[in-house]
Amino acid sequence: MAPKPQKRKISKRGKNKITLPVSEEAEPINMESMGHPEIYPLVLTTKTQEIFNCRVDEDITDEQPYKLIRKEDIFADFVNRAAVSDFYPVKKIIQEYPGDELLLVYDKDFRYGLNFYLIGTEEGKENYLNPLEVPEEQEEYKEHIPEDLYVYKPPVSKPWVSLGSEKEIDEETVKESTKQITYMISRKRSEFGAPIKFSDQNASSVKDAYIECTAYPDKNFTLKQLERDVGMQVVPQIKDISTQTRWTYPQNATTQYHPREFSEEEKKTLEQSKTLTDFLNNVSMSVEIALQQNEIMNVFIDDWKRLAEEEGTFGDKTDTHLKEYQSFTDLHSPTEKMITCVSWHPVIFGLIAVSVAVRLSFEERVHFSGKLLLQPSLILFWSFSDPIHPQLMLESPDDIFCFEFCPSDPNIIAGGCINGQIVMWDITTHADRIENIKVGGSRSKKVTLKPLFLLEPESNKEVMYIRHCAVSSIENGHRKVITDIHWLSDTFEINRLGSVFENRSGISCQLATCSADCTICFWDIRPQKALTPQPTEKKKEESIEIPFDVPSTFLHLDLSWKPFSKIRLSKGETTLDHCPTKISLSDDTLLYKEQDKAAAQDKAVKAGEARPYQNLEEGLANHLEPIDDFCTKFFVGTEEGEVIYTDWKMERDPETGRFMRTRLWAAEWRNVNSVIKDEMAFSTPTAKKPVSLYTVHDGAVHTVQRSPFYHDIILTVGGWNVAIWKEGVMSCFPELFLPHFLNLSAKQQFIAIADYFGTLHILEIPWTLSHPSTNEVSSIHYYFEREVKHLEYVEQRKKIREQEKKDMKLEIEKKKVKMHQKSKEQMEAELKMEYESYLELERNVLVNLGLIKVKETMSYVEMV
Amino acid sequence: MVNCLSDLFQAEVEETLKRIQSHKGVIGTMVVNAEGIPIRTTLDNSMTVQYAGLLHQLTMKARSTVRDIDPQNDLTFLRIRSKKHEIMVAPDKEYLLIVIQNPCE
Repeated sequence: MAPKPQKRKISKRGKNKITLPVSEEAEPINMESMGHPEIYPLVLTTKTQEIFNCRVDEDITDEQPYKLIRKEDIFADFVNRAAVSDFYPVKKIIQEYPGDELLLVYDKDFRYGLNFYLIGTEEGKENYLNPLEVPEEQEEYKEHIPEDLYVYKPPVSKPWVSLGSEKEIDEETVKESTKQITYMISRKRSEFGAPIKFSDQNASSVKDAYIECTAYPDKNFTLKQLERDVGMQVVPQIKDISTQTRWTYPQNATTQYHPREFSEEEKKTLEQSKTLTDFLNNVSMSVEIALQQNEIMNVFIDDWKRLAEEEGTFGDKTDTHLKEYQSFTDLHSPTEKMITCVSWHPVIFGLIAVSVAVRLSFEERVHFSGKLLLQPSLILFWSFSDPIHPQLMLESPDDIFCFEFCPSDPNIIAGGCINGQIVMWDITTHADRIENIKVGGSRSKKVTLKPLFLLEPESNKEVMYIRHCAVSSIENGHRKVITDIHWLSDTFEINRLGSVFENRSGISCQLATCSADCTICFWDIRPQKALTPQPTEKKKEESIEIPFDVPSTFLHLDLSWKPFSKIRLSKGETTLDHCPTKISLSDDTLLYKEQDKAAAQDKAVKAGEARPYQNLEEGLANHLEPIDDFCTKFFVGTEEGEVIYTDWKMERDPETGRFMRTRLWAAEWRNVNSVIKDEMAFSTPTAKKPVSLYTVHDGAVHTVQRSPFYHDIILTVGGWNVAIWKEGVMSCFPELFLPHFLNLSAKQQFIAIADYFGTLHILEIPWTLSHPSTNEVSSIHYYFEREVKHLEYVEQRKKIREQEKKDMKLEIEKKKVKMHQKSKEQMEAELKMEYESYLELERNVLVNLGLIKVKETMSYVEMV
Repeated sequence: MVNCLSDLFQAEVEETLKRIQSHKGVIGTMVVNAEGIPIRTTLDNSMTVQYAGLLHQLTMKARSTVRDIDPQNDLTFLRIRSKKHEIMVAPDKEYLLIVIQNPCE
């Protein structure tokens, strides 16, 4: 195949041309990109155009822009010019071209970039030549023409068209904004290297010494912050306000008030109002029902409690006998003695004091009077621990018939002698001896019985004789034997007139004695102000020497002691007086309560004193307050068996103006059921008429004692019977001996009984008798009340009976008078009257029998 | 006529009070008005005033208690049992009857 002549080149082809010879293997560039893959643009030089006869405008015209070139020609061209051939780039295409002739088209418009192009495929050629005859023909025509010519035109430089690239370059380049300035600084050479002195200078002092660049806000750099992140919190609005106000403090205020009360008129008007009446009528029914309910039964009783009567008992319940515990006998005395008075020590347990007297009748006494003076009369102190030897022996000038421990100070003992004297002992110094005594304690007993002749006060170590400290005056005291002696209570005292005063001294300081000379005397142990000077007696006192071991407590009383008050118990018209044997005083300290406190305080004050009995003189100086409502009555038992209830107070007699004892009528009651006999009697200034007098006992009244449980119950023992009395009630109850009367010096569970032969027996009371059962107190109380009422009723009945008797008598008389005047009406009237009187009688009888009480009318009748 | 009536009333009052007082164990009786002021009494003044004041208050309290529980109810009688006595209060609109009794035991 001949190589086809190359076509004209295009400028761009020129580049390609340069590069082409470098790589022969490169694919020829086709116009694939333009949608013609078979078109290969070529640049044909003029020489090539001449060779192939495709010169522009000669062979290839507009009518035939194409030329068919034979493959052999192209190959020959290749052989001739090798690489320089313009067809070289498409050599491969040409080699592969199946046809013989290739179509070369002159591209006048440079449609494909170069002046010629070659169609690579047959069908392209066919398409170019045939279907588009006009264009193809033109193209062919053109092809033919320019095929022969190629002209190399070197690239023509065009004017540079700015496409904006210079701006980019401008931006990228770095230019100096300011012009650089050059400085040239010169200095003298000599100045170089000279020594330099530095000094401080205040910058502000010298002008222009410093140059500063002050900072200034550059507006270029101030940025207004239009957005800020701020945290916010929403809170409620609170206001704190304080003000000063007047604050009223709450205060406790007390008001003294008195209760509202109605005046008398108001009360009266109210009482008379109808409303009150109606109210009471309405209300009284329910109230009475309630009251009766209580009367019928106590609904709140605890039945179980009532069943249990006693707590656990020790010992045998059924044992009701008194057992003998111990007995004491004085073995030392030569003559036979009898015990006259027994008393337990009020404080120390197990100690009992016994007064012994010689067992002789009056004549024998007189006969042996000389002998008797030699023997001392004693009060013996026995203790349970030592049945043989008495602990203490108190000596007295004569036989003691009665004695009593002082209630305020158990170391002081007052005794009444057979000759009418009062004897006082003070055993305070020996108190420690007897205090250490224990009951049943094993003390080292000196079993040795000492014979009588060794009974001297000095040699006997265990038993001590204690001499009395004071005796009363013989002339002024009692003339006969003192039968009873009592200390008055420490809460009151009596003055000469018998009025009761408050006892400020806090101790018992007064005694009452009664003696067989029918008088009751009151004694004061304090030193009395001497009313009349008695110098002679004083001298006597001074001359008497006092033995050293006798305490001087009652020295002032010794031998000059007088009673300040005497009461004679006279029987009235007869000159025989009552011979008192025992007295029992009211030991009521409950009558005045306000003064009790004062007394207690006084006592407390006095308790500080060690020996109050030493300072007895002070007591008299105190101003005493009289007590008005004190019970000044007391019981006296007489030798004839009478019980007298009498008063020691003296009052002014309104008639005679003299002080005398009160005139009171006395009632004498021989038996329980005897008739009341009134007695009126005048009294002498010092005589005393008893308030009431009762003869009950057959023999002499032995004991008058008050019940420890009830203050107004008194027991009298005399002769063969025992009587119980209630104070204020003029009667007696000849009743049983009730077990809770623990008389006769009973203490705890023991009864001390003295017998005629001088032996003291101590008996033990069994449990059942000594401890009251639970109901006993109340039942006894109730029993007594019943008895009182019974007696009252009996009295009333007596009166009524008398009244009835009188009425009967009157009626009988009336009947007698009216016997003859009888008519029917009168008969009827009489019958009516009789009936009425009968009703009345019946009523009275019923009242007497107790079925109807006089006062209560409605309720009880209804009940019955 | 009015006088007679008032006397009659008074007599009736006396009689009723006497009857109540004569019951067994009765210690004291008193009539108190609605404000607690005693009108008639058998006890002494100090005790009367004390009883009247205290029991009046207690009765008011009791009555209000009863009525609070049931408004149609009302207090008719008040009995206070103590160790020693029993106090009975009979209330009314205008008056109070107080009786103190010692129940038999």
